[in-house]
Amino acid sequence: MSDIQYLAPTTLDEAVSAYSGAKGSARILAGGTDLLVQMRAGMINPSLIVDIKKIEEINTVRETEKGVFVVGASVSGMELAKNPNFGKTWPGVLEALNLIGSTQIQGRASLGGNLCNGSPAGDSVPALVAAKATLTVQGPNGRREIPVKEVPVGPGKTSLADNEIAVSFSFPSRPPGSGDAYLRMIPRTEMDIAVVGCGVNLTLEGDICTSACVGLGAVAPIVLEVEGAAELLIGSQLDEDTIEKTAEACRACCDPIDDKRGTISYRTKVSGVLLKRAVAIAAKRAKGV
Amino acid sequence: MNDANNKWIGKRTIRPDGADKVTGQATFGADTTMPGMIWGKVLRSPHAHANIRSIDTSKAESLPGVKAVITSADVTNYSPEKSVILGIQDMRWMTRNVMAREKALFHGHPVAAVAATSQKIADQACKLIEVDYEVLPWVVEIDDAIKSDAPILHEFIEFEGKPSNIAGTLEHKKGDVQTGFEEADVIVERSFTTRPVHQGYIEPHACLVSVSADGRATIWSSSQGQFMVRAMTSMLTDIPQSSIRAIPAEIGGGFGGKTIVYLEPLATILSKKSGRPVKMVMSREEVMRASGPTSGSKSTVKMGIKKDGSIVAAQGTYYLQAGALPGSPIRGAVGCAFAPYDIPNVHALGYDVVSNRSKVAAYRAPGAPIGAFAVECVIDEISEAIGMDPLEVRLKNAAKEGTQAAHGPVYPRIGYYETVEAALSHPHREIPLGKFQGRGVASGFWFNAGGESSSQVNITEDGNVVVTTGHPDIGGSRASIANITAELLGIDYKRVSVLIGDTATIGYSNLTGGSRVLFASGMAVTDSTEKVIVSLKERAAKIWDIDPEAVDWEDGYARPAGANAGMFDPLSLEELAERATETGGPIGAGSQLNTAGAEGGFATHMCDVEVDIDLGIVRIIRYTSFQDVGRAVHPSYVEGQLQGGAAQGIGWALNEEYIYDSEGRVDNPGFLDYRMPVCSDLPMLDTVMIEVPNPKHPQGVRGVGEVPLVPPLAAIRNAIYDALGIRFYGLPMSPPVVLEALEQGEAAE
Ligand SMILES: Cc1cc2nc3c(=O)[nH]c(=O)nc-3n(C[C@H](O)[C@H](O)[C@H](O)COP(=O)(O)OP(=O)(O)OC[C@H]3O[C@@H](n4cnc5c(N)ncnc54)[C@H](O)[C@@H]3O)c2cc1C
Repeated sequence: MSDIQYLAPTTLDEAVSAYSGAKGSARILAGGTDLLVQMRAGMINPSLIVDIKKIEEINTVRETEKGVFVVGASVSGMELAKNPNFGKTWPGVLEALNLIGSTQIQGRASLGGNLCNGSPAGDSVPALVAAKATLTVQGPNGRREIPVKEVPVGPGKTSLADNEIAVSFSFPSRPPGSGDAYLRMIPRTEMDIAVVGCGVNLTLEGDICTSACVGLGAVAPIVLEVEGAAELLIGSQLDEDTIEKTAEACRACCDPIDDKRGTISYRTKVSGVLLKRAVAIAAKRAKGV
Repeated sequence: MNDANNKWIGKRTIRPDGADKVTGQATFGADTTMPGMIWGKVLRSPHAHANIRSIDTSKAESLPGVKAVITSADVTNYSPEKSVILGIQDMRWMTRNVMAREKALFHGHPVAAVAATSQKIADQACKLIEVDYEVLPWVVEIDDAIKSDAPILHEFIEFEGKPSNIAGTLEHKKGDVQTGFEEADVIVERSFTTRPVHQGYIEPHACLVSVSADGRATIWSSSQGQFMVRAMTSMLTDIPQSSIRAIPAEIGGGFGGKTIVYLEPLATILSKKSGRPVKMVMSREEVMRASGPTSGSKSTVKMGIKKDGSIVAAQGTYYLQAGALPGSPIRGAVGCAFAPYDIPNVHALGYDVVSNRSKVAAYRAPGAPIGAFAVECVIDEISEAIGMDPLEVRLKNAAKEGTQAAHGPVYPRIGYYETVEAALSHPHREIPLGKFQGRGVASGFWFNAGGESSSQVNITEDGNVVVTTGHPDIGGSRASIANITAELLGIDYKRVSVLIGDTATIGYSNLTGGSRVLFASGMAVTDSTEKVIVSLKERAAKIWDIDPEAVDWEDGYARPAGANAGMFDPLSLEELAERATETGGPIGAGSQLNTAGAEGGFATHMCDVEVDIDLGIVRIIRYTSFQDVGRAVHPSYVEGQLQGGAAQGIGWALNEEYIYDSEGRVDNPGFLDYRMPVCSDLPMLDTVMIEVPNPKHPQGVRGVGEVPLVPPLAAIRNAIYDALGIRFYGLPMSPPVVLEALEQGEAAE
């Protein structure tokens, strides 16, 4: 390892100018639970590390109006869990973030880091996609907002320019009767990487599903939004037949690889199973039971 | 010694090394540093199999900061033609394992090593070493390795007159299986496979070695035996044992995997060459690629049973992977497979198979879990076939005192029967099971070992006690030794301090392995302590001017006995220590024994599983181990052994496996993808300790550390059958495998 410069600016402008000034050889440090591991493994060798945790906007959770949340990109899972309302509104997003690693990891790991790391198996990403969250990013040319589902573009790659910093996630407000859920399959009970991950977000009016979104992880080079699944669910009563068809839609969009973590056929099958289970949990939460 | 009135034996005393370990003060293998120390690093083969045509180290040597570079030319050679046995190892394979000689035999095999002033320079230097390889076809799996046209690893190994990857066989016979099978009402024959699994110790191999200008070497390292480290290093460096001092560090797990050396001889040679202390620490990846797992296997077991439940014949054939060099634990597989049972006709045969993967090392009851897996699965099937409870079948056929085992011995008093009885009457067996839940049982045996141990017991001038033994303490042996010493002397446990000597401060002591430490060092310490008590009585007799025979030692006091009873005030250990000079000088005694009579250990396990049938995940929901522990000198550490073995067995059965890529490289060399169980995967692992004291040991001790890994594989597999009606014949029973089987089962219906 050569010498590494470390900066911990307190304003976003300072961070952006330092980061963009380094022209791609700098890295943003949020919780560091991916970054430091990758540096130690010799996978990356940054010359500058910009720690963003001292920047207030990036490191706080705000409920801007009732039911509308803006979560800083570097807020750790444990911090987010402390917010009295977020977990009630978005239990699926919170559970996705807080099944990452172990207690120690959860004290550091952030939504921004999980998304920007670009892993197709990142646990919070399918839940963020299902939640239709948007990411605010800032670069030398100002701010822009991107739907989370458009951030991943390939394994380890995002649509952020190499001078842009993820600032915060905005979660849309939803009508009453909404609920979300995230489930993943791992062979163990923790400390593992998702073989398949599935996030489901639903709104019910009476028994009718009026809005739905499904995110699938680890079954393709990027986390997917399964649009066909949403189409099937919306307007239905979440009856068995619909759910079966929705599971099939999930299986159909899988394009996984065979690797040490799972086979193509296993991943494909499991995506349908998780869909069914996640829909059941999200529906229960939507009904408030 | 075996009665319930014991004050210390059987008590859950605080372990002497506990405070240091929980506060981070304990010194493990990588914790020692020295002024002037430099860093050693191993260059490893990028190929699974290759001839080494030449190695050019000149560029590495000229890199500033590099102090020494070594290859196999610097390591003592032993010709492959003639075996040079050291303990359970053969030095002609050891020399080739620590450093590739003619050939690189697996991906990760050391081919050279460097020592440099920083780790970074050592890394760079490794990259500058030019190795000219002739890449050869490679073979990893048993079936491929024993094919007639398989790539041959060692031309000098022959089987049936031809070069072969079968490096050896072992056979046990009793009675005549042919006739036996004719008597059977039901015969079941099944074939099984198991995958190699790593011991998974948390602490990677590490050492620091300093060779002084006059050629004396001091080695600080974490191992299962400082004397093994000394002997192997001596044989691989030609430094006499008297000039090597091996100092044992605290050890962060070994499970058999640290009964051989990897780094110590290399660091010694590097230190000798550079004149500097050299530290070497393996990464987890190096541990997973190049240190021994236990064997993978394939086996076929056939058993015949009569309708009344008596097993009349049993036959087993086992192929075990040795890794790149001969020496798989076929003895454990073949010898232990049928050992819990009194079967009149037994034939067990094992083959040692080499292939291009890291050389296996011992792993708790080496080979025995593989042997038992097949047998205990078949017993489940023959029990079902005759409609008898599998525990009842085990009870009916249980080996007892007087049973002639197929592997040789006639058993003395053993406690196998009692483990089955305990399982039969345990409340675990009565707990109702739900949907997709199942219960399985299996038994197991391990030889246990005695052998050489030394100890020294010294009374300090203030009347306290220091005990020194020669075994690294992996399972809490210091606490148990303190319990025994305190009991014998009749003093408070806190007054006994137990240390582990290095090779210069205590006499030869064999490995911490074979479940032998408390058995053997308990004997040596008992012998030393008894000698000390004799001396204490003599001193009291001298002070009182009576016959030493007329002195009793009781509760830490010398008391006049017999005709003199009550004539003098008792003398305490403190008082006698204070008067040591006038009564004959320092008080202390040592013993050096070759212990015998370890006697086998037996266990029966009961396991409940629940299967998530949509995902294929098997969860262990309840687990109870029943084991004949001889005498639980320190119950907590005996329970710990039982629980640890069950936990490791669960990992082996359900998820652990090496995954190889298309180039013959391990693709999962870390704990993320080599899936050992984590805490939350396990229920509380219950234990039932059955104490059938070993008649050949002063405290009744039997080895307890290895048997616990023998039954779990089959217990889990049999439980899955109970839950799903599906019998598995291979490990691991991981989610994709289970889901696949469920779907095939459905399709078949
Ligand atoms: C033991 C262990 C277990 C783990 N288990 C899981 C698991 O179960 N599931 C899972 O999904 N992951 C797991 N991970 C991976 C990791 O913890 C998560 O991906 C985590 O969310 C990363 O967040 P972080 O804040 O630590 O990111 P960091 O490591 O700080 O950053 C990750 C990457 O994103 C970039 N980045 C971070 N923030 C920003 C930003 N605001 N703008 C632009 N770029 C940014 C960084 O430069 C880096 O490249 C595990 C890691 C460890 C060490």
